[in-house]
Amino acid sequence: MTWIRRNLFRSVWDGILSIVFGAIAVYVLWTLFEFVFITGRWEIIEVNLLLLLVGRFPEDQLWLVGTSIVALAFWISAASSGSPKSLDSQPSLSARILDSVQRFGLLSALGVLLILLAGGITPLYWGLAIIGGILAGLGLGKTRRSIAARAKIPNLLWHAAIIAVPITFIALTLSLSTLDSWGGFLINFYIAIISIVLSFPLGVLLALGRRSTLPIVRVLATTYIELIRGAPLFVLLLLAGVALEFFVPTELAPGPIFRAVTVFTLFTAAYVAEIVRGGLQSVTQGQTEAGKALGLGTSKITFLITLPQALRNVIPAQIGQFISLFKDTTLAGAALSVLEVLNVGTAITKQDDFLGQGYIYESLAFVGLLFWVGSYVMSRESQRLEKRLGVGQR
Amino acid sequence: MSSLPSAPARVPLWRDVRVLRWAFQLVVLAVVLALLYWLYGNYQANVAKSSIPTNLRFLDNPANFTIPGNDLDQSAPVRDAFYQGFLNTLQVAIVGIVFATILGTLVGIARLSQNFILRTIAAAYVEVIRNIPLLLLLTFMNLAVVLQTFPRIEDAWLPLDLFVISNRGIAIPWFTGSALVLLGIVLVGIVAAWIVTKIRNRISDSTGKPAWAGTYGLLVFVVIMVAGWIATGNTFTLPFVDDRATAGGFRLDPSFFALLVTLVVYTSSHIAEIVRGSIMAVPRGQGEAADALALKPSAKMRLIILPQAFRIAMPALGNQYLNLIKNSSLGATISYFELTQIAQITVGNGSPAVPAFTLTLLVYLGISLITSLIVNYFNRRLALVER
Repeated sequence: MTWIRRNLFRSVWDGILSIVFGAIAVYVLWTLFEFVFITGRWEIIEVNLLLLLVGRFPEDQLWLVGTSIVALAFWISAASSGSPKSLDSQPSLSARILDSVQRFGLLSALGVLLILLAGGITPLYWGLAIIGGILAGLGLGKTRRSIAARAKIPNLLWHAAIIAVPITFIALTLSLSTLDSWGGFLINFYIAIISIVLSFPLGVLLALGRRSTLPIVRVLATTYIELIRGAPLFVLLLLAGVALEFFVPTELAPGPIFRAVTVFTLFTAAYVAEIVRGGLQSVTQGQTEAGKALGLGTSKITFLITLPQALRNVIPAQIGQFISLFKDTTLAGAALSVLEVLNVGTAITKQDDFLGQGYIYESLAFVGLLFWVGSYVMSRESQRLEKRLGVGQR
Repeated sequence: MSSLPSAPARVPLWRDVRVLRWAFQLVVLAVVLALLYWLYGNYQANVAKSSIPTNLRFLDNPANFTIPGNDLDQSAPVRDAFYQGFLNTLQVAIVGIVFATILGTLVGIARLSQNFILRTIAAAYVEVIRNIPLLLLLTFMNLAVVLQTFPRIEDAWLPLDLFVISNRGIAIPWFTGSALVLLGIVLVGIVAAWIVTKIRNRISDSTGKPAWAGTYGLLVFVVIMVAGWIATGNTFTLPFVDDRATAGGFRLDPSFFALLVTLVVYTSSHIAEIVRGSIMAVPRGQGEAADALALKPSAKMRLIILPQAFRIAMPALGNQYLNLIKNSSLGATISYFELTQIAQITVGNGSPAVPAFTLTLLVYLGISLITSLIVNYFNRRLALVER
């Protein structure tokens, strides 16, 4: 009762606000409920689920995609369970369960939804395999921590393995089927991951260049960053679509997915550079001076002292950049006709069975859900990470 | 006894820091130049092979397309089409920035409201919109809302009889008479209102009586608007449906409407987060001081918190404005005739691709630079003068 008085009816004005917005909220929620459970015609998604998720990926090679996802789940859970937790508080079991539900509930719900939409028994097996991968990863993470503590295995080795395995799998998938038959949500994720990985070293170099004391290097880096940041991504993609073949020898002219990756990498590098520059500026002058006092050279100070601290400070911003890149991969469909998920989503409403019956709501709602869950989970995780790293608190 | 240290031996050239620094820079420069030269050489060779022009002379060719809502005819040069596209980009960007700022600020304040429902709705709005791709929102707005849900013109929605909503666009009440006259009167009104608020503030400063500066200013503005309007013999008209078309009022193209709404909604969700963060970054003591002076909550927000919050928010806001301008290029995907769409069409009609898109990029770069100059100017004006 006091809660209601305090939160809804502090004053007359407050009460009016509560009633008006409460009514709006009820109406929106009801419309949403009606759409999802009553009026929505989800058969368009059921029929085209595979097309939306993986495009025209050869069906006999789909096990590769599945295996990659299982491997990714395994390594991600191994990497995150192995990292040290805060020592000061050991949360209770119920708190930990609640925490896991908050973290993984949304993703699991999406997984269940996809399995239900797909129907049949095979997707169920894959779902179980992914859960198995996660549990195995957790197990490995736990043992690893105790082994590493005893044997003092350098952390770097683990990190290298953790990065290398998913990449190996991506490379494996790449070698076994032609890239241009990829599509759907898979290609959105693929383009985003490859571009962020490739743009990272370039971005770090540009950031160092921009903060360099060497005038020519600084001018070059600054020019590149500002030119790219002043240009709309969509126009750059269009330019790559019609003009990239002019700038390379004709026989090298690449396919649309390669072009998309090129543009996203070059574009993201400029933004990564600005993020890293912010991180470098946040490292106090005393760190550099301490390095100088130890007689280290400029490159050693940068790579052993300032850069590691800067990179730790910018991890949340990096994830933010990755999320926006992930969302921007939809532009590849509009500009380069890559068969990414939004492109597929609008195309399936033009199939003979569904044409002109207003299926666009259902189709876009599904595509939107995929992106929303992906981005939302990532931004949540980034906030957790931010807390754990204590950004802004040291 | 002790001998002086011998003069340091000449540092060999390959260990001299000054030499190394310049050598390194020259190497970098050489690599970059070589890369550019390679790209340029490829471009020249490829262009020569298919005899595509590399200059901007295509701007004088006839455009061979028309722009809806514009009396440009097919024989008009590409140059004019580009200019019109530039104006359309500016139009959607400026209107979008204004509305996105207002909506974003309101949502940002609502997220910090003590009212549970308001706070939750604002949070849901921000979290949903921010995590969905802009292009998806735009496609949804265009295909699902405007083209599918809005009725045909015969049975258009007429909310309050003030608007005409159909899949041919939205018509709103508007003034008759030329836009130039309207602009002139608005400018006179603003200047007069500004002068009046200054005078009121000065009187208030010297006498200590309440200024009511905003009220007086608004009053003067309204009076001048109405008087000016009547004096120039103009009125305003309501839109209505007239034989399968709207008449009167001002009609917004469906694509313009879809793009504007999407940009405003998307950008406002980002602005809301910035505003929320900035309000929270205002030192707590400021709010407490306002409470101690017994200011009303609205006055506290308007006079104490928001001005300081906007000082903090200004650089981030500027970034969002730049994003909005650049995102307006997505209008090309729904056939809104802004700069990118014009470039795409004219390239499709046979204009050389590289010069046309380079020109487009340069125009966007120019707009971005001017916007950041304006934002920096306000940033400097608002910045705290440290003593």
